[in-house]
Amino acid sequence: MEPARRILVIGYGNPGRMDDGLGPACAAAIEARHIPGVDVDVDYQLNVEHAADAARHAAVVFADAAVEGPAPFDWRPIEARPVEGMGTHTLGPGAVLALARDIFRAEPRGYALAIRGRRFSEFGERLSDEARRHLDAAVEFLDSWLRRIAAGAETNDAAAADPNPMETAR
Amino acid sequence: MNPSATRTVVIEPVTRVEGHGKVTIQLDEQNRVRQARLHIVEFRGFERFIQGRPFWEVPVLVQRLCGICPVSHHLAAAKAMDRIVGGENLTPTAEKIRRLMHYGQMLQSHALHFFHLCSPDFLFGFDADPAVRNIVGVARKYPDLAVQGVMLRKYGQEIIRATAGKKIHGTGAVPGGVNRNLPVEERDAFLKDLPQMLDWAEGAVRVARDYTMEHLEELAPFGAFDSNHLSLVRPNGEMDLYHGVLRAVDAKGGTIFDGVDYQNYLDYIAEDVQPWSYMKFPFIRSLGPERGWYRVGPLARVNLCDSIPSPKAEAARKEFFRLTGGRPNNMTMTYHWARMIELLHSVEVIEQLLHDADLQGTDLVVRGERRNEAVGLIEAPRGTLFHHYVVNDRDQVVRCNLIVSTTNNNTPMNRAVEDVARRYLDGVQISEGLLNRIEVAIRAYDPCLSCATHALGQMPLVVELVGPNGATLARRVRDSGA
Repeated sequence: MEPARRILVIGYGNPGRMDDGLGPACAAAIEARHIPGVDVDVDYQLNVEHAADAARHAAVVFADAAVEGPAPFDWRPIEARPVEGMGTHTLGPGAVLALARDIFRAEPRGYALAIRGRRFSEFGERLSDEARRHLDAAVEFLDSWLRRIAAGAETNDAAAADPNPMETAR
Repeated sequence: MNPSATRTVVIEPVTRVEGHGKVTIQLDEQNRVRQARLHIVEFRGFERFIQGRPFWEVPVLVQRLCGICPVSHHLAAAKAMDRIVGGENLTPTAEKIRRLMHYGQMLQSHALHFFHLCSPDFLFGFDADPAVRNIVGVARKYPDLAVQGVMLRKYGQEIIRATAGKKIHGTGAVPGGVNRNLPVEERDAFLKDLPQMLDWAEGAVRVARDYTMEHLEELAPFGAFDSNHLSLVRPNGEMDLYHGVLRAVDAKGGTIFDGVDYQNYLDYIAEDVQPWSYMKFPFIRSLGPERGWYRVGPLARVNLCDSIPSPKAEAARKEFFRLTGGRPNNMTMTYHWARMIELLHSVEVIEQLLHDADLQGTDLVVRGERRNEAVGLIEAPRGTLFHHYVVNDRDQVVRCNLIVSTTNNNTPMNRAVEDVARRYLDGVQISEGLLNRIEVAIRAYDPCLSCATHALGQMPLVVELVGPNGATLARRVRDSGA
């Protein structure tokens, strides 16, 4: 089986709930840039079927809104990890990677792009001004990262092309 | 009763920014369960938010309600707006495209619930370590089953994408019809995978049936109680999850009403309120709030229909009814079996539809006499979903009332939780076994505990033990892995 080389960006959240739409907005912005070697998906939330998509890629970026944490965004690698607790129809990025590993025998590298939002508790298909600024910064960072990694993927395994993602993020 | 003489156990899953469920178990002085309540924080602001918006936007706007079942809201709203534009008699292509979308939704939702949320309880037991009793645990020990769940879900999701146009805020259904048909290439791609889906769906029915029968001694009384049942059926009594008339029966199968045009639902259904819950308590008006509450969802639908119009699911229904001698089944835990019968039916309906050339038709929208008020009803995966709108002459929505599936099951879920608490609470500790069983009882109804937002950093389960004076005696947090 040919090794997966493409990178998948999954932006998830509900665009109808203000800053919860940061993930889909990030995905849309990246898709519009047509970066070679990059696939983009968008959904309300992560779920089991995303494991099948993740398994076909060398690396997966999970772009989501964050209710807390650093601004404008946080960037961190994600390990496959189990899911616990009362089932609520959705998975976390770690569980998606775990399913990709355990069901589809694939181990894509995972990264979380957590874009800090501010307004979540109301209906409205727009981002707050603060979230918009955070989005712009996150998209610029991700664009740069993807182009560098995707270029590396043309000759190497994408997973090996980013030796220190935490340093890359700052 | 002196409130100060009671103790309260609180089990609170905090799963979303604004929406979560909480269980409180109130004890008396002898530490016996006096009352158990399930609180689901329901976001009611939507009904106000939508006021003033043009009616044709509503089928898209309502998908903001929920990231779990946006298709159900999309179609229920579209059905209401069909009547607003006088286009309720859809063209064959429009109706079949919508049905394909709906049964795709039913398939993906039921597959997710059974394989992802419930199978860990079945395969590892209610008392298994939560670190193992989850979908990743299933993937490790039963990879074939996990693959089936993922691929059934994905198949349904792809049908939704093909018929609704996209995964988020689909636009497929419009007032009076649809805005796309299904190209032959996409139809053929779905048909290619269909035999495999059918095989897996039949297997899922067997798993649910065998599990139920092998554990009947434990499952039969678990959260079980007599109730009324409500759902749509076809006028001839056959199961139909997209359209029909309202039927309600009592616990023994006696007819309460039948053949009701759901435009008149307010003549038959009312909503009670309780000071301790944001969520309403619907009931059958003629029986009153004390006796008129009812179950909805797969169990109610399989109980209520006279037959299922697809051969494999109909055979499964007959087998299901042998368990209760042909009478309605009131065992909460048989929701799972009924749900898998519906999953099988959904695959069979998808097959029927895919072979229908009307899916490639080009007559997509109809119009008729304009109305100012309409009700849209659909059998969503979790149960009957009511959308009721009033529109003014400037095409703006001026009033909206929604009764969502989980609200219809409000009283039954409370009953189930109370039954489990009475059986399994021992002392004033929230044992792992009790917590697991409360989750299992709630999960049987597949409630939508969240409603829309999702963000990193949430905790899925917090358990608190609260003493007579309101002080928290203990607190447990179960990390989600999210």
